[in-house]
Amino acid sequence: MKQTSIFDIISPIMIGPSSSHTAGAVRLGLLARNIYGETPKKVTFKLFNSYAQTGKGHGTEKGLLAGVLGLSVDDRRIKNIFDDEISKNIEYKFEYYEDFKKHPNSVDFIFENGRTMDIYGESVGAGEVVVRTIDGFSVKLSGKYNTLMIVYDDIPGMISKVTSLIQAKNINIASLHCDRYAKGEEASMCICIDGDLDNDVIESVKKIDRVYFVSYIKKLEE
Amino acid sequence: METKGINTFEQLLEECDARGKRIWQIAQAYESEWCEVPVNKVRKCAMESLQAMKEAIRTGLQSTELSMSGMCGNDCAKLQKRFAERPAVFGKTFEKILTYALATSEENIRMGKIVACPTAGSCGIVPAVIIAIAEDFNISEERQVNALITAGEIGRIISAKVSLAGAVAGCQAECGAAAAMAAGAVTQLLGSPPKQVLNAVALALKNILGLTCDPVCGLVEVPCVKRNPFMAIIAMTACEMAMSGVESKIPVDEVVDAMDQTGQLMSPALKESSLGGLARTKTALELQKRLFG
Repeated sequence: MKQTSIFDIISPIMIGPSSSHTAGAVRLGLLARNIYGETPKKVTFKLFNSYAQTGKGHGTEKGLLAGVLGLSVDDRRIKNIFDDEISKNIEYKFEYYEDFKKHPNSVDFIFENGRTMDIYGESVGAGEVVVRTIDGFSVKLSGKYNTLMIVYDDIPGMISKVTSLIQAKNINIASLHCDRYAKGEEASMCICIDGDLDNDVIESVKKIDRVYFVSYIKKLEE
Repeated sequence: METKGINTFEQLLEECDARGKRIWQIAQAYESEWCEVPVNKVRKCAMESLQAMKEAIRTGLQSTELSMSGMCGNDCAKLQKRFAERPAVFGKTFEKILTYALATSEENIRMGKIVACPTAGSCGIVPAVIIAIAEDFNISEERQVNALITAGEIGRIISAKVSLAGAVAGCQAECGAAAAMAAGAVTQLLGSPPKQVLNAVALALKNILGLTCDPVCGLVEVPCVKRNPFMAIIAMTACEMAMSGVESKIPVDEVVDAMDQTGQLMSPALKESSLGGLARTKTALELQKRLFG
């Protein structure tokens, strides 16, 4: 049996009206922002299915934008975010789709700020979220753990090189998820850890030969 | 304290009896141990939720702002106006419970700040019951926190078997679970022992089995907002019976099993998809056309 908490039940303190369509939207925006590593200059939100159909009545668009701008689920600015000073310097648009292969409550973020990044996530219920793909790579990020994400060439020994740097700091790995385009091609690794990584570990990972992209994704506040 | 995982009400009651403790004491120790946070942090987080609940009630009682759809938002004001002119048949505490529940759930749909308990759509039930009773019976904030921790523990144990989502098990798992949590919490708040608390949970749950989730236009508004005060009164009925020594013939864990099975047997059309029930009535379809074209 997985460990559960009373605070899954008597929280979060949030802006209404829906944990999946409002708070979940904020958390998806926040997680996508953490993955991108900064506030994007430009963002396209592609809303799918129930997010597209009932999003307006639930403040889903407001929540998504608020999250991308770094607001937390209980920030009263969410309600009037489109008119708030904080959203003046970001260019954004919303698109609406039906796609029954996708989760009922899901969104694709296309971020631009020099580099483009495509992040797809789902609001899976009770405010819980999962990011499923980043630039086409399959990942599984819930925002519950600090996570190291790496893109690299699929060659032997890469996992042990990275994990040994983490182990040297006596930090426990909660989960590890790898994906690749094909054998020997570009691959991705997501390592969820208990605790926090120092910057020097991240810098050491960046120096590993044939590692192309490293992102340290901070967990979401509970 | 060392505990094995507690995932049934029977285990919870055994722990209470074996250690001579109340449910909130077992729950906060368990939370502390399993989630690796000190007990005072657990209580601090619960106190933050309690204060946010009170703020939502205060704010909600003063507002008549409608939701984005325009379907809900000004009913709590109607109740308050009438109660000022002509009191409720069941008295002042009853008035408070109804208005606090409605104030909170209206605050939710106008994008105000609330506490999901267990969900946003069911956010008014637990606070209304705990806070109204605490005010009228002069109960300290520490004991209100104890009650809220017990509410959380009740919801946590239900959620071990039934996912607390309308899309999975219908409204019985949202407003219904909240009624059970509120019933247990208020029974404890009024001084009853754990066995009676769990009987209140069973009695409340038995009377919400099969509750459908059929939101009009797919929004958390109709029937959700007005359902909150109704469920708060179910919680009070369960509390009054349990405190009198009335016992549920079906033990609480088995009631949760029945809830799980009922949820599975319910058609997906009645589980948050808005494909059946109130959501497909003539008026609901007209509203949908007007709102979304």
